[in-house]
Amino acid sequence: MVRAGVVGTHLPTSSLDIFGDLRKMNKRQLYYQVLNFAMIVSSALMIWKGLIVLTGSESPIVVVLSGSMEPAFHRGDLLFLTNFREDPIRAGEIVVFKVEGRDIPIVHRVIKVHEKDNGDIKFLTKGDNNEVDDRGLYKEGQNWLEKKDVVGRARGFLPYVGMVTIIMNDYPKFKYALLAVMGAYVLLKRES
Amino acid sequence: MNTLLSRANSLFAFTLSVMAALTLGCILTTAFKDRSAPVSLKVSRVLLKKVEDFTGPRKRSDLGFITFHISADLEKTFDWNVKQLFLYLSAEYSTKSNAVNQVVLWDKILLRGENPKLDLKDVKSKYFFFDDGHGLKGNRNVTLTLSWQVIPIAGILPLVTGSGRVSVPFPDSYEIATAF
Repeated sequence: MVRAGVVGTHLPTSSLDIFGDLRKMNKRQLYYQVLNFAMIVSSALMIWKGLIVLTGSESPIVVVLSGSMEPAFHRGDLLFLTNFREDPIRAGEIVVFKVEGRDIPIVHRVIKVHEKDNGDIKFLTKGDNNEVDDRGLYKEGQNWLEKKDVVGRARGFLPYVGMVTIIMNDYPKFKYALLAVMGAYVLLKRES
Repeated sequence: MNTLLSRANSLFAFTLSVMAALTLGCILTTAFKDRSAPVSLKVSRVLLKKVEDFTGPRKRSDLGFITFHISADLEKTFDWNVKQLFLYLSAEYSTKSNAVNQVVLWDKILLRGENPKLDLKDVKSKYFFFDDGHGLKGNRNVTLTLSWQVIPIAGILPLVTGSGRVSVPFPDSYEIATAF
């Protein structure tokens, strides 16, 4: 009795099918998958860099990291910034700035502005939920912020969306796991 | 691929797209609204001192004390996409050394659901009104305005200035209180 056996019928047919797919692909399809992945990554990069040019800010989308602006902004909220040079800095605006020497941006409100005739501005900020102004956060001996410290002015707001970034910062293993799963999905999915 | 996984994936992608479209719709319904309102401001007392600025730069600067009344009806500014209003009273003036000076003297957070009609009397300034120098002495053009920032549930963050303003004439010498 001839047993008509086909090589591979004994392979398990559950989640390991993705590797079955990979094995069936020839070189051209593999290159196609990799290029597809590269296209996705470069499109994301282009959109980000395009936003930087459009808004004039080095970081047009930021996630609120602290509770110093509650109840307006909570940890995990998303802010959209612009930083046009023609816009003067005025009291009441919410600015995102970086203190010299530290690279964590801070989101607070401008409470004092002194601008000279030639356009030189010095200003002071304070978080809505803080009792005192930000002079304790500035550099030693620094009493005012200048235009060069500003990353951007907050123009738009979305709640909760930035929580993903905060979780990824607090639990780096989650970040690597997420990237690995996304990478595996894009690379191994067959375009059927 | 396991069908459960691909179904969960499609469901997740669909939910995200629908929520994004809804949020965009919500933002657009209130993006172009006029958020201004009439404001009535009155000043009742002004005092000028010259003190070393203990809040920061340690130089002797003009320090002003202002007591004021605020009256405003912000009911129309609140709508279904407003989470809170951040109100602030700012003094704007011009001096010899600085063309534009703005100092926030008082602020208030008005949450959704709180009484939107303001009628406050004899309010003292919350923050120290230090000038960067001696520009307050004899300055007749210090203007007080009430502005507010609209914090939406999702969308644009506009800054609006109320339509009433009042001018505070500062005295020509120190330590003399002027009442109106």
